[in-house]
Amino acid sequence: MSIIPVSYYLVLSAVLFGLGVIAFVFKRNIITVFMSIELMLNAVNLAFVAFARAHNQLDGLVFVFFVIVVAAAEAAVGLALVIMIAQNRQSLSVERMNHLKF
Amino acid sequence: MPILDHLWVILVLPLAGAAINGLLGKRWPQSRVNLVAVGSVTLAFLAVAELVREFWQLPSEQIPFVGNYFTWMVAGPFRVDFTLQVDQLTVVMLLTVAFVGMLIHIYSTGYMAHEGGYYRFFSYLNLFMFFMLTLVMAANLVVMFVGWEGVGLCSYLLIGFWFLKKSAADAGKKAFITTRIGDFGFTVGVLLVFATFQSIDFGTIFQALAANSVSEATLTIICILLFAGAVGKSAQLPLYVWLPDAMEGPTPVSALIHAATMVTAGVYMVARMNPLFSRAPIAMLLVAVVGAVTAFYAATIGLVQTDIKKVLAYSTVSQLGYMFLACGVGSYSAGIFHLMTHAFFKGLLFLAAGSVIHAMGGEQNMMKMGGLAKKTPITFWTMLIATLAIAGIPGFAGFFSKDKILEVTHAGSSGNLVLWFLGVAGAGLTSFYMFRLVFLTFFGEPRYDEHHIHVHESPKNMTIPLVILAVGSIFGGWFAAPHLVGGPDYFDGFLKPVFSSYAPPSMSEAAEAGIAPSPASELLHALTGWPVIVAVVGLLVAWWFYIKNPEAPKRLATSLHGLYTLLLNKYYVDELYRAVIIRPLLWISTNVLWHGVDEGLIDGIVNGSARVARAAGGRLRELQSGNTRSYATWVLIGVVGFTVLLLALFVTGVH
Repeated sequence: MSIIPVSYYLVLSAVLFGLGVIAFVFKRNIITVFMSIELMLNAVNLAFVAFARAHNQLDGLVFVFFVIVVAAAEAAVGLALVIMIAQNRQSLSVERMNHLKF
Repeated sequence: MPILDHLWVILVLPLAGAAINGLLGKRWPQSRVNLVAVGSVTLAFLAVAELVREFWQLPSEQIPFVGNYFTWMVAGPFRVDFTLQVDQLTVVMLLTVAFVGMLIHIYSTGYMAHEGGYYRFFSYLNLFMFFMLTLVMAANLVVMFVGWEGVGLCSYLLIGFWFLKKSAADAGKKAFITTRIGDFGFTVGVLLVFATFQSIDFGTIFQALAANSVSEATLTIICILLFAGAVGKSAQLPLYVWLPDAMEGPTPVSALIHAATMVTAGVYMVARMNPLFSRAPIAMLLVAVVGAVTAFYAATIGLVQTDIKKVLAYSTVSQLGYMFLACGVGSYSAGIFHLMTHAFFKGLLFLAAGSVIHAMGGEQNMMKMGGLAKKTPITFWTMLIATLAIAGIPGFAGFFSKDKILEVTHAGSSGNLVLWFLGVAGAGLTSFYMFRLVFLTFFGEPRYDEHHIHVHESPKNMTIPLVILAVGSIFGGWFAAPHLVGGPDYFDGFLKPVFSSYAPPSMSEAAEAGIAPSPASELLHALTGWPVIVAVVGLLVAWWFYIKNPEAPKRLATSLHGLYTLLLNKYYVDELYRAVIIRPLLWISTNVLWHGVDEGLIDGIVNGSARVARAAGGRLRELQSGNTRSYATWVLIGVVGFTVLLLALFVTGVH
């Protein structure tokens, strides 16, 4: 049983990241946008883990934990913001959150 | 030697007075402003008197006495020290300036008593004294230039003293700009002096000259440039036009700045630079010709003026011409002598005219005066003395100095009959227009409304300076009196070290020959000479025209209508300058420099760059739509762009 080559993981990571980006740009619902960010973060995590395994180093794994911590904090703050927006606007569409401009 | 070691004290006194009055005087009562202004100038005069006492005791090898106070600027070989010096010429100038200045300050306390801006007036006047004293005590050309420009500034400020009056403000500008034309020549001259001698110190320059290493052509150019400055400052042809207009200023200003002191700075400068001028015969001839022509020319305009101050202004231009004539024919001491006597009698004439104007409640037109002799006796007698002095009636100051000038013009190797003729003719005209002024003002029937104008003699602080100056106008010329009977000329002898130390050998020999005392018949020669004859003729003609036949002037004006109009309009020189210089300058300034360069080019660049920034901003701000997803798109584009770039670099191997 041969080891799955690292490039497979990287391709999968890139595909997941690309899906996250596409979803971030095209989705209107703010919760979906939020989820697409999580998808991108986890795509990056996958790449880190794959490299850590391939090079047999712990640095990548350590970084993954940082990313998970940041993602958790981001989810806490972000979801609080989403709730406030939903209460104030009666809408979750990012299209309507366009007041910060010239 | 207390004052000699501290020459700067003489300068600091009036400067301090100007600063104190200028900064604090606004809320002070007039008496305190008077105390500061008159006090500082009086102290300066006393310091000058003490300086002269100490100067007498100096051994002659210590003259000129130079005090070096600090280094002003050093740039490579160009080095300017703040140096002051005292020699015989400085002493004469200092005494004249400080003494006349002090009297005019006292007079002003009376004349200006009812005017607004009292503290401002005295602050300017003190500042003027500071700069004038700097000018005459300077030991190098740059410090002299500081005083030179400073008096010009004060002249501008004081001519435009009543700055709400448009004509006064315009006259101030005219004076400043016209003299600036001459000063341009002066500045270039100073630079050329430095380029030639590597120094701007009088002593160093004159010693280098004595070594005789500089070509006559260079000296001629330097002298002509310096003389251009003198022409502007001393109101000679063709730059005299500002001085008559300067009469818009208060009368004490006309007396101090535009008659007695500042306008003579040009003569002083030429006399100070005498070693240069004496080695440049062509420049000397130019000085003499300009002086003689101006002396005659200005006198002709003075004949028909009706404004009492304008007559005196043209007379000043004319008398300054005599001083340059004297310098131009090589007798600097005669020029300085006339400068000194002129400071007395012309200062007095202006102050007396001011007293007349004061008495008439502001009227300056002589045609609306008449018969003032009885009502203002002190003014009348002092003005009569000054008139006798300027006309050159024997015994009065002006006689000695003017006679000396005409004598040196006529005699000696540099004698010139044409110049002499112009001088004598000018003297006759001077006598005529001065007595015309006196007769119109003080004699005959009153031509003003006696019910409305209550003529009164001026207060004591105005009449006392008049009397003191009248004494000076009589005796101020007597230093030269023994010369008439074949004795020595004390004034000439006193100034001799200044004018012969560095003179070229040929000049001093000629001077020796010319000065050699002639027999006692010289007295007879001088008394019956042409200058006296024309002076008396001028007096008699004026008497015949304005006392005997008051209708005659009108008849003459009608029969010589063309000439009369020409003179009345001052030869249309102002109009000529307006058409030839001011109009084209204004046109170029407006259409080329203003609308073309300033509005088109400079504003175009400035506004254009602003317009580009604004347009670019207008486009770019649309990027900030507020739409989060569009921001994400921009980030994405950026990331993709950088990735592609990195890959490209990686692939091509340029990293």
